[in-house]
Amino acid sequence: MTNESYQCIMAQRPEIMQASIGIDYSRYAAGAIAFDYEQLLDDSGYSIEVVREIQSRTAVGNTPLIELNNITQLIRAVSIPGHGARVFVKDEAANPSGSFKDRRASLPVYEAKQRGYSGVVAATSGNYGAAVASQAAKAGLQCIVVQEAFDSKGIAQPEIAEKTCACEAYGAEVMRLSVGPELFYVFLLTLKQTGYYNASLYSPYAILGIETLGYELALQTRQLTGRFPDVVIATHAGGGNVTGTARGLRKAGAVDTQIIAASVDLSGLHMASDRDFNRKSFTTGHTGFAMPFTTWPDRADVPRNAARALRYLDRFVTVTQGEVFYITEVLAALEGLQRGPAGNTSLAAAFAIAQELDEEQIVVVQETEYTGAGKHPIAQLNMARQMGIEVTRGDPHGNKPGVKIVIPEHPTQLHAAEVDLNQMRRSYIHHAIQALPDNQVLSEIDMEFLAAETRTNNAYVENVIHEIHRTS
Amino acid sequence: MTEPVKPGTWVEIYHVILDAGERAPKLPEDTRHLPLEMRMKGWLVETASLNEAAEVKTPSGRLMRGTLVAINPAYTHGFGGPIPELTPIGSEVRALLRNKGLFT
Repeated sequence: MTNESYQCIMAQRPEIMQASIGIDYSRYAAGAIAFDYEQLLDDSGYSIEVVREIQSRTAVGNTPLIELNNITQLIRAVSIPGHGARVFVKDEAANPSGSFKDRRASLPVYEAKQRGYSGVVAATSGNYGAAVASQAAKAGLQCIVVQEAFDSKGIAQPEIAEKTCACEAYGAEVMRLSVGPELFYVFLLTLKQTGYYNASLYSPYAILGIETLGYELALQTRQLTGRFPDVVIATHAGGGNVTGTARGLRKAGAVDTQIIAASVDLSGLHMASDRDFNRKSFTTGHTGFAMPFTTWPDRADVPRNAARALRYLDRFVTVTQGEVFYITEVLAALEGLQRGPAGNTSLAAAFAIAQELDEEQIVVVQETEYTGAGKHPIAQLNMARQMGIEVTRGDPHGNKPGVKIVIPEHPTQLHAAEVDLNQMRRSYIHHAIQALPDNQVLSEIDMEFLAAETRTNNAYVENVIHEIHRTS
Repeated sequence: MTEPVKPGTWVEIYHVILDAGERAPKLPEDTRHLPLEMRMKGWLVETASLNEAAEVKTPSGRLMRGTLVAINPAYTHGFGGPIPELTPIGSEVRALLRNKGLFT
């Protein structure tokens, strides 16, 4: 076994993490599995005012909130009379690298600079890589982005190819890998070899950077309409978008706003499968990340994930790939906004959810992203056809990930499918019990932690644990 | 034998990071039997030929080794042809609003 073998580097994970992010996570440990989440975030020392000031120096944030009047009219045209909430979108494509990920990258890169690191490394195939590269360019730091980029035939996912191009434009070094979870091994090895900073998507800094999104949209909505949003819908994958946005809303005083996560349904496709890799028309905002991360956040590239979606979610829905492509066309044709798929996932959900609400209520879709070659429905559907996937129009219920993409024929066919949050909570608690070290039992602190993690109470957690023990 | 490539040329190298037997446990069947491959770009350090060993200096200043696989590698992603299932959608929803007099 060489000192750079898979096993050897993975065994050094704690030391590499500690050196590359500078947070001693063991300080926050409590009980057998619990940790002090709020303290971990508070100790970063950034108030929301300071974060806004740091972000403003690189033109991050202060993006427009746009009312989608024509889409609201279309919603009302298919709603029962008196229904159809006003829909707004936060145009995050206006950030320097074209997505809300600039908020997420701003503090990690700022921290790296403050702490004297000469470069940053990020493991990401998506917008976050471009955001870190953009921020690093401005800060004068080196940047390495590790991507899962192509399958065993050498075929690149078009959206990831677009991100390679963007990262290289910002001067980053891009390590493009074939399919597999060992991307994390390459990430650790690169951190060790370079001594660069770990610009993780899941550090406290990354999440605090997103709080400004929720904060701004709450204040903008109130300024435009005289009230806070009734519903905010966030595209959901690893949980950072939901977590940061929800925390920012609360900091602005919007404590009654309902937080809904929306993910693209990619059920049945395996995230580590070489065959399935190019049969996904979406590279993020999908259930392949959302389900595992919602039910066990600590699978991330830091010891404790600061993105913990179940703490904040009121509701979780899925939409199909075809529905997102459909609403992407509608947004361009009715609102004059050509935007990428990530924000349009929550817009597809918003189209259905706004029909449940009254006309005076407000729904905010909390992000858009830029679009371009590769990162576009046309590119994705051409790739889908190349991979043998059937593309047709009809009822989106006929959608089958990896086999068939069905584009709706009429706006009445858009539907937000409910994910059972109680099932997510049970699954989370199940994972927590599996993570319990041998010979240890759950203490009172652990029970309170699990209740906070699942937004329930001790009795709920006890019931679930009892149920798990009874059936196992 | 291909033409030698001059130092300083922007190129792509290829390298197998993990052979099939060295990979992580619990991989799906189709991935398990494949190597973990890497491609990266940089400026060629010394003269080399296509499909032979080469060293590059990357944009972050690192020296990395692999097989030289492309010279001035192209970005080949694009939009491709329009999708017939998408092209009518804009007209359909505009007509729906116009017919009901709902355009704002």
